[in-house]
Amino acid sequence: MPAIFPRWTNKIPLAIGVLGPLVGSFVIFAIWYWWSPLYTDVGYRPKQPVPFSHALHAGDMGMDCRYCHNTVERAAYAAIPPTQTCMNCHSQVKTESPRLGPVRTSFETGDSIPWVKVHMLPDYVFFDHRPHLSAGVGCVSCHGRIDNMVVVEQAQPLSMGWCLDCHRDPDSSLRPLDEVTNMNWDASPEAAQYDFTKDPDRKRMPSPPVHCSGCHR
Amino acid sequence: MASKERDPLDPVRGRKLLVEGGPSFHDITEQVCTPVEQPGLAWWLAFLPALGGLTIFGASVFWLLWEGIGVWGLNNPVDWGWAIVDFVFWVGIGHAGTLISAILFLFRQQWRTAVNRSAEAMTIFAVICALMFPTFHTGRPWIVYWMLPIPNQMQMWPNFRSPLLWDVFAVSTYFTVSLLFWYVGLIPDLATMRDRATTKIRRVAYGIFALGWRGSTRHWQHYEKAYLLLAGLATPLVLSVHTIVSFDFAVSQLPGWHTTIFPPYFVAGAIFSGFAMVLTLLIPIRKWYGLEHIITIKHLENMAKIILLTGTLVGYAYAMEFFIAWYSGNPYESFAFVNRAFGPYAWAYWIMISCNVISPQLVWFKKIRRNPVALFILSIFVNIGMWFERFVITVTSLSRDFLPSSWDYYSATMWDVGMLVGSFGLFFTMFCLFIRYLPMIAIAEIKAVMPAANPHPPGDH
Repeated sequence: MPAIFPRWTNKIPLAIGVLGPLVGSFVIFAIWYWWSPLYTDVGYRPKQPVPFSHALHAGDMGMDCRYCHNTVERAAYAAIPPTQTCMNCHSQVKTESPRLGPVRTSFETGDSIPWVKVHMLPDYVFFDHRPHLSAGVGCVSCHGRIDNMVVVEQAQPLSMGWCLDCHRDPDSSLRPLDEVTNMNWDASPEAAQYDFTKDPDRKRMPSPPVHCSGCHR
Repeated sequence: MASKERDPLDPVRGRKLLVEGGPSFHDITEQVCTPVEQPGLAWWLAFLPALGGLTIFGASVFWLLWEGIGVWGLNNPVDWGWAIVDFVFWVGIGHAGTLISAILFLFRQQWRTAVNRSAEAMTIFAVICALMFPTFHTGRPWIVYWMLPIPNQMQMWPNFRSPLLWDVFAVSTYFTVSLLFWYVGLIPDLATMRDRATTKIRRVAYGIFALGWRGSTRHWQHYEKAYLLLAGLATPLVLSVHTIVSFDFAVSQLPGWHTTIFPPYFVAGAIFSGFAMVLTLLIPIRKWYGLEHIITIKHLENMAKIILLTGTLVGYAYAMEFFIAWYSGNPYESFAFVNRAFGPYAWAYWIMISCNVISPQLVWFKKIRRNPVALFILSIFVNIGMWFERFVITVTSLSRDFLPSSWDYYSATMWDVGMLVGSFGLFFTMFCLFIRYLPMIAIAEIKAVMPAANPHPPGDH
């Protein structure tokens, strides 16, 4: 009886034995690296309707985050400021700047400036800024060095694993409550010398939830 | 041919002949391979209805995914309904295959060779049907991999204290080992099919799966060793899988579920239902394909005896549940069982008792256990009864939980029925394809138990 398969087919098992682990490792690496929010989301930097520079306002001029994002301590969302907030200064300063054109138009017409949201969480995640601020988590921990960003970009993956890393071990992310908006606060143990358990300003100790319904309600 | 009183005996061993009518090796090969090589039109009569059932399954699944789990009849206390009933039902059926292939093999029960191939196929297809139900019960089957411990950026990890997770491992292990066992046993027969093939496509298709089998002594030596090892691996699985399925119930604290008798009771029930399904499948097949001299009346009788044994064990378990409910003095436990027999689901309970406990007792009569038609009808009753057993366990306990204000009556919707009927369609579609494309009797094995395989014919010494 003639052979059904050519001679080279004898090498198929060997090829599977050699290539199988290689292909398998590559697939694992590909998913681990390219499908991770660390790759897909970090560095997201949409073009905004107004070239507002956080580096200028929060960095060089040293404005506090809460001047504009004024609800952050009292609401789930850190508010995007209304045009009125911009005009508090810009009715006096740089009143003729062409780059502020959309702000003036918005102020005159009453239509909001279409800011593009950068830090997005899925709808099934319940996130609230309040407990994070009252626990003493600095803005910089999640948003990065905003004071150095000319255009705001996403600095952290905001993935579930990333959230849980801190929820499981929050100690190193906590700082004195009055340092929350300080972009330059040095959290390293040598510099900070901060023990949150001995802080008299704290009314109660943080206890971040790690069960499902802590965030998925 | 076979008289009712005396079966023909093997001239050498003096035991009952396993293959009747004295066929030669070549006759066996012909009889098993011909239905695959020259299929009759009659096959379509079985396949088309099965395909219709599969369509119902597809439609039910589509509607379920489109609308959500709400299309099922689940309500607040009864959040496990037909889907779980069907899952346990199909997993249970899957048990006969491994019992026949592994345990009977280790115990050198040679009659297994006539039925093991199709019983193992039945096992694999039943487990596939079973896996459909929890998969779709999750509501989001596209993320069903969340049940596996795969490291991920969500840092989500299965709860290893949950018996539902043990179930994932138990059933997937069982499926893998059953598939391997089935496939290893198929290799020599696939080579036979390859060597007999007349078309190029057949030669290549069977050739690929025959893995270059030439039937050399070394091949046989490796084959026998692998088969024995797999039998050893599969044996504990016969007991472990349904034990763990029973933990889904027994580890919870609901009266009627929280009992220590569940593991052995579930395993006995699984073997009971599995053998019933083997009879349901093989009694028509042996008739249609003229295999009555290979799957003889003795094979049916043996399986009927196992049904009698396991059915009686199941009946004992039912009685013992009641006894313990009374003997423990626990009012919740007593209520759960009185409610089973006389509550709103009493109709289901008494269907279960009639089918599972009373009907197998007919097998005590030799006339009945050697009558294929009677056994076929009996096997259908057992299948129905075992489905109702799981229904009774799941629904009666849930519908009457600790808080009377949340009690509710559960009834299925047409989409629950569609999933169950459709799963039979899926099962029979796969089984029809199996008998269409693969030898349904282990050709190589059956030859080894024929008198002609004995190197010392009578009168030689």
